[in-house]
Amino acid sequence: MTDRTLNRRLVLLAPLGIAAAGGIGFWAMLDRMRDGTFDPRGVPSMLVGKQLPEFSLPGQPPSAGFSRADVLAAGRPVLINFFASWCVPCVVEAPLLMKLREQDTPIWGIAYKDKPDATAAFLKRNGDPYARVARDEPGRVAIDFGVYGVPESYLVDRTGIVRWRWAGPLSEDIVAQQLDPLLRKFA
Amino acid sequence: MSATLPPTPSHKGRGLFCSPSPCGRGPGGGVCAAALALFLALAPAAHAVSNPSEMLPDPKQEARAEAIGHQLRCLVCQNESVEDSEADLARDFRKIIRSRVLTGDSNEEIIAWMTARYGDFIRLRPPFNALTAALWGAPVIALLVGGVAVVLARRRRTPAPAPLSDEERRRLADLLGS
Repeated sequence: MTDRTLNRRLVLLAPLGIAAAGGIGFWAMLDRMRDGTFDPRGVPSMLVGKQLPEFSLPGQPPSAGFSRADVLAAGRPVLINFFASWCVPCVVEAPLLMKLREQDTPIWGIAYKDKPDATAAFLKRNGDPYARVARDEPGRVAIDFGVYGVPESYLVDRTGIVRWRWAGPLSEDIVAQQLDPLLRKFA
Repeated sequence: MSATLPPTPSHKGRGLFCSPSPCGRGPGGGVCAAALALFLALAPAAHAVSNPSEMLPDPKQEARAEAIGHQLRCLVCQNESVEDSEADLARDFRKIIRSRVLTGDSNEEIIAWMTARYGDFIRLRPPFNALTAALWGAPVIALLVGGVAVVLARRRRTPAPAPLSDEERRRLADLLGS
């Protein structure tokens, strides 16, 4: 008889336990969505942990363009930032990139699907945080990176391995929690 | 390090993420994903490869390219295939697919090329692996659970009552007051 009541109790408690576990999981997901570390619409990068793809892009005058070899020749981690003049979040991100530059973080820009004049006007209006600016007007190199929108930032270490990717505008929280530790680690 | 930065509102998530031209038919130029819902409401979606200049001259090759495009996700619109989307990136993907069809790549090779850059996320039909095992296994699990439930319910069903004995029949007749 006690066996039966135990069974009955189990039958009643099991769904409750499953519901509680589901609730906790859901809450954790919402929490990570709120602090920006989880995005259900985000496309995870295939490049992290892999070598930078081979590329060579023309420059945005007066900057000369750059290639994969140039990134490797920098001898220190480089933050590659895809941006465009038509991109509002890029405007939002611009002041933070300027601050990063002041802190001596090398940021190399790639203007994505943008006209040279528009890019020049954008850099004049929002400041130019880039050590070098290349142009990817067809957006073909961006596809090799796995870019699906702008802005996107890739941290490349001195051996050419991509260590981190952030899709969307960088924020101070993201920089402090994710980028800064990596910059120190791979400096 | 962040202590040296004065506080400004942080911008989180991808609500402001940009694509040069959004899904659905609309004017080109920079429109953010935030305006997407409005655009979709205003602009009825049309089949993307309605532009004949995009199509391959050989109908067989074009059909193959379309079949591949229908299996790939437009990463801007996310619930549209590359073949159905008007987003700039989807148009680039269509061009790449067609040029690779022309050079004689197989469907598998082209899809592998895409997943090497964008991961399994780009495939509208996810492959079976450790991450998707629960997804693909769910129907089988549901069937098993249902089967067990049916078996248990049948076992629990009380057997049909035995037919009345002669004694009971007599009592019944008495009670009914014949």
